[in-house]
Amino acid sequence: MLEVRNLTKRYGDIVAVRDVSFSAAQGQILGFLGPNGAGKTTTMRILTGFLPATSGTAKVAGFDVFTESAEVRRRIGYLPESPPLYGEMTTESYLRFVARIKGMPKAAIEDAIERVVKLCGLEAVHDRLLGHLSKGFRQRVGLAQALIHDPPVLVLDEPTIGLDPRQIIEIRSLIGRLAGQRTVILSTHILPEVSQICEKVVIINEGRVVLEQDMAALTRGQSLEDIFLHAIAKESPEAAGVSSEQQG
Amino acid sequence: MRNVLTIAGRELRSYFVSPIAYVVLTGFLLLGGWFFFNLLARFNLLLTIYSAQQNPQILQRLNLNEFVIAPLLHNLSVVLVILVPVITMRTLAEEKKAGTYELLLTSPLRISEIVLGKFLGSFVFVAIMVALSGVYPLILFAYGNPETGVVLAGYLGLLLLATSFVAVGILTSSFTENQIIAAVSCLVSLLLLYIIAWPADNAGETIGALLRYVSLTEHFAQMVKGVIDSKDLVYFTTVIVLALFLAHRSVESIRWR
Ligand SMILES: Nc1ncnc2c1ncn2[C@@H]1O[C@H](COP(=O)(O)OP(=O)(O)OP(=O)(O)O)[C@@H](O)[C@H]1O
Ligand SMILES: [Mg+2]
Repeated sequence: MLEVRNLTKRYGDIVAVRDVSFSAAQGQILGFLGPNGAGKTTTMRILTGFLPATSGTAKVAGFDVFTESAEVRRRIGYLPESPPLYGEMTTESYLRFVARIKGMPKAAIEDAIERVVKLCGLEAVHDRLLGHLSKGFRQRVGLAQALIHDPPVLVLDEPTIGLDPRQIIEIRSLIGRLAGQRTVILSTHILPEVSQICEKVVIINEGRVVLEQDMAALTRGQSLEDIFLHAIAKESPEAAGVSSEQQG
Repeated sequence: MRNVLTIAGRELRSYFVSPIAYVVLTGFLLLGGWFFFNLLARFNLLLTIYSAQQNPQILQRLNLNEFVIAPLLHNLSVVLVILVPVITMRTLAEEKKAGTYELLLTSPLRISEIVLGKFLGSFVFVAIMVALSGVYPLILFAYGNPETGVVLAGYLGLLLLATSFVAVGILTSSFTENQIIAAVSCLVSLLLLYIIAWPADNAGETIGALLRYVSLTEHFAQMVKGVIDSKDLVYFTTVIVLALFLAHRSVESIRWR
């Protein structure tokens, strides 16, 4: 359903993603972990067709992200790192706009808006200006936007950031319920979230995949924290060595 | 087409909730009114002087088209050089800044639909501006008898000119996420196109003709005189299509990098 092969992305001299490969089966929820600057957002931007890769390929729902970008974009719901909102629009008119540009048939739009407003708990702010919403509500509208056309693949960049505890639980269970038919890739820094809802984990560090494993095989005995810290520490000795040499 | 209208509709609605748009619109109409008032006052003065002198030849040459409407249109065109960049600066630059560019480019929209939608939205706003400035000539029709054909040709010229400005504005807005840079580079490009024919008289014959052909002013001036020539229409269409084509390329270029 989602297949990434030898993806590399350079920004000038900076290599943000190096030779990354991983895959997710249909209906799986994949947790995409890594420290700040590891390359999670970059990878997701490539998957959604926003950025081109320097080299490598990626397939979503059987379509190549580069050569069949339009097909891929039709099948993806994407919540970027910062919710892509127009401050001068109301929640409802914004969702209507997104539904239209996602190519939804006119007749289905109003029902879809009602559905995601309920799903993401937006009833109270449905006619408020997006520019006046609190961070958590902005995040929820961002999520509603990604879900509106009921896409088979969801790419969520830190979906629960800024939400209140109750909403975190709700959104988590929502994502959990989405699975089954939909493939979800979500990045997060909240490890318990991953152990609760993800079926597969990919950890990336300094642009390289350091771990790709099914959740069931992973957590036997060890906590996810230990696994995470261990995985991102593996690469560090040489990196630490280089930086201490430079300082010395 | 539906997608183009969706983008254009959102763009247009966002203008009408933005203070910038109202400032620009009001400023444009105020300046237009000021020009109009002064041109009309001067016309009246000339009329009084030459009537007193009983000079029928000159009196015959005094007409509203040449002495009020033509200079008004030229003045308005200069104001548009400054104000259109302010209208178009936000189109693509602000999307990049706000992160909504990511929404547009990861939706199934075609890039041409995005660019055309942005163009159409700004065009409609600028067309409303130009149309509202039409009240000044309308006042003349109430009190005098200017030639309708010439006025309409002149206004078509102003609209085509403004539309070309909008296309250039979309192009410069596609280069950057900074609205100020978008506006200033649009303003500089438009001014350059406006005055590029200045050295034409001193330059050689071919270069002079070329400079005159490239200059927006020359084509506009023809239309203000009431001449609608296909050569001028082709010129404006070329500028618009070329600018939009380059804007398309510029938006697309994110995919090559
Ligand atoms: N437009 C850009 N130009 C240059 N470098 C960039 C750009 N975008 C990202 N980078 C660099 O690429 C690397 C990976 O960034 P990315 O945003 O993918 O990290 P991330 O894993 O999402 O981090 P975080 O957890 O902080 O969100 C970082 O070193 C970052 O500085
Ligand atoms: Mg990130």
